[in-house]
Amino acid sequence: MTALQSFRTGDTPLPDIVILTHKLARDYDMGGEVVRALRGVSLQIRKNEYVAVMGPSGSGKSTLMNLVGCLDTPTAGEYWLNGQKVSDLSDDALARIRNKEIGFVFQTFNLLPRATALHNVELPLIYAGLPARERREHAARALTRVGLGDRMDHRPNELSGGQRQRVAIARALVNAPSILLADEPTGNLDSATSAELMQVFGDLHRQGQTIVMVTHEHDIAAHAARVVTLRDGVIATDQLQAA
Amino acid sequence: MHFLEAIRLALQTIRAQKLKSVFSAIGVFIGVTFLIGAWSIVNGMNRYMTEKFAGTLVGVNTFHLRRSPNVTFDVEDSVWRAWRRRPRIKFADATAVTLGLTVPTVTAWYSEGRGSVEYNGKVAKDITLEGATERYFDIMNLKIADGRAFTPQESKAGTTVVVLGYDLAQKLFPDVNPVGHSVRIHGLPYRVIGVVERQGNLLGISLDKFVVAPALSPIQRDVNPPGVVDALIVKANSEPEMREAMDQTEAVMRSRRHLRPRQDDNFAMETSEGVLDFWKKLSRILYAVGPGLVGIALVVGGIVIMNIMLMAVAERTREIGIRKSLGARRRDILRQFLAEATALATVGASLGIVTGIALSMLLQALSPLPASVSPFSIVLGVVVGGGVGIVAGVYPASRAARLDPIAALRQE
Repeated sequence: MTALQSFRTGDTPLPDIVILTHKLARDYDMGGEVVRALRGVSLQIRKNEYVAVMGPSGSGKSTLMNLVGCLDTPTAGEYWLNGQKVSDLSDDALARIRNKEIGFVFQTFNLLPRATALHNVELPLIYAGLPARERREHAARALTRVGLGDRMDHRPNELSGGQRQRVAIARALVNAPSILLADEPTGNLDSATSAELMQVFGDLHRQGQTIVMVTHEHDIAAHAARVVTLRDGVIATDQLQAA
Repeated sequence: MHFLEAIRLALQTIRAQKLKSVFSAIGVFIGVTFLIGAWSIVNGMNRYMTEKFAGTLVGVNTFHLRRSPNVTFDVEDSVWRAWRRRPRIKFADATAVTLGLTVPTVTAWYSEGRGSVEYNGKVAKDITLEGATERYFDIMNLKIADGRAFTPQESKAGTTVVVLGYDLAQKLFPDVNPVGHSVRIHGLPYRVIGVVERQGNLLGISLDKFVVAPALSPIQRDVNPPGVVDALIVKANSEPEMREAMDQTEAVMRSRRHLRPRQDDNFAMETSEGVLDFWKKLSRILYAVGPGLVGIALVVGGIVIMNIMLMAVAERTREIGIRKSLGARRRDILRQFLAEATALATVGASLGIVTGIALSMLLQALSPLPASVSPFSIVLGVVVGGGVGIVAGVYPASRAARLDPIAALRQE
């Protein structure tokens, strides 16, 4: 399962490959000193895979997340998302990809504090250019799907940590993205709530959602079907595990 | 993101921070208040001056032949003394000028003095005594409310008849119709034949305390030395005809006064334009100073808004990061912050417009000064206010739009 396609520069990924990185590298210029955060990561993720990315701090997993999430562009290498080469797109084109193809779930939830749960979930739809009525309908449906149908008018500070993370999941999924990208989603939650959240992720995976999750907790990574470990900017291990 | 969406969001943000928003918009508020208020007053004065003041004192397409100008502004002493040495306008001058005019005109003699009018033991003091010929009423647009004006025959014969101003009639005859009764002016009886319609006031001075008697009636002794008239009033049908009549009048008068070509006129022909000169000088100063003050207030207001917006961008860096991660493009963020700055300035401007109008109305209610809110000034207020917002918002908004999403998301 590790080597899905022998990819060479100039090739196009197979149709069921959602994420394909080829010798992806990212250097940072830290005041004259070049830090090589990623040194050639080649990774392929199929539709409906559930992948955990692990590794110690400084291993490059955040950099990989930013690249896969189209928040950053690589120094070298290729990145194909859903059959489209995105590694050399412009700022605005990347914004569009983030809007349509990627749903983010962050460790710190990253909800707008002054907006209601409903408005927070509406945000991606605003940037997608949907009319107001449709937006509200979609957002309400997404909130109901994560079990917060009765909390739509609450602001983030009126919700518990688990509920906030559910709002964030509803927001991530409201545009039906190709991948759900979770960065330490349980980092700010207690173990009971974490377990609940993993339940939600498991359900989504069973419904066909592709999930990529960065974590440093082994028991959280255990929920994923495949674990990729990074070390010093390269992939150290990539293995499937029994569900 | 849709443009309306950006405006809605901006208004929400402003509503969420009312006090802060009010303070940040205060510069624009003051600027626009001053713009509307000052403009209304100057505008009102302007209209008042052109329509009423000049029209009342001289009249449209009309000029007065006088010894010296009646309405003056900032005249030097030596000039004033020279005017006093000039010969007066004589009855014979007025007759000769009238005969010498070939353009169609209406003319009237006019002299005025001050005195008291008596009826039945009641005395009205400080009344304008006017000696005039019959066409005076037409030229000055004085409509007769009751009774009639005097006839050409009465005018020529100098009959002792009199037409009263409205306030004077009210004072002397509170209960009865004055027409047919007899009033005494300096002891001599005059029969009241009419009352003029109410004229209102000019800068707070009543225009209804007067009597008009034929110029050749005994009232001539109360207003001027014998054979002297204050003014010959000439009204033409149009401006060019008035100019021609003025040229003819000048020619007749110069020949009667035996003036050599080098010598200046020793008489004056006053038009409403001449009266307006005085006002124009004043309003020119106001129009020069006003925009400067408004400009300063708006520049300061713009700087305040720019600072507030820079602070808002710094405070909301994380929000910007979140929005970018959810698919906001640079132009979406730019639009959001531009809309916010513009909305802030426009709210300030709107408050300024309301306050400016209220101020000018208040001034109008408390003083005889008129105010007239010009619709154009309202449009200008909104446009200038919004413009200040856009200009002040460009830099902060473009900084927000250029933020790197990863760095912005990392911000605490």
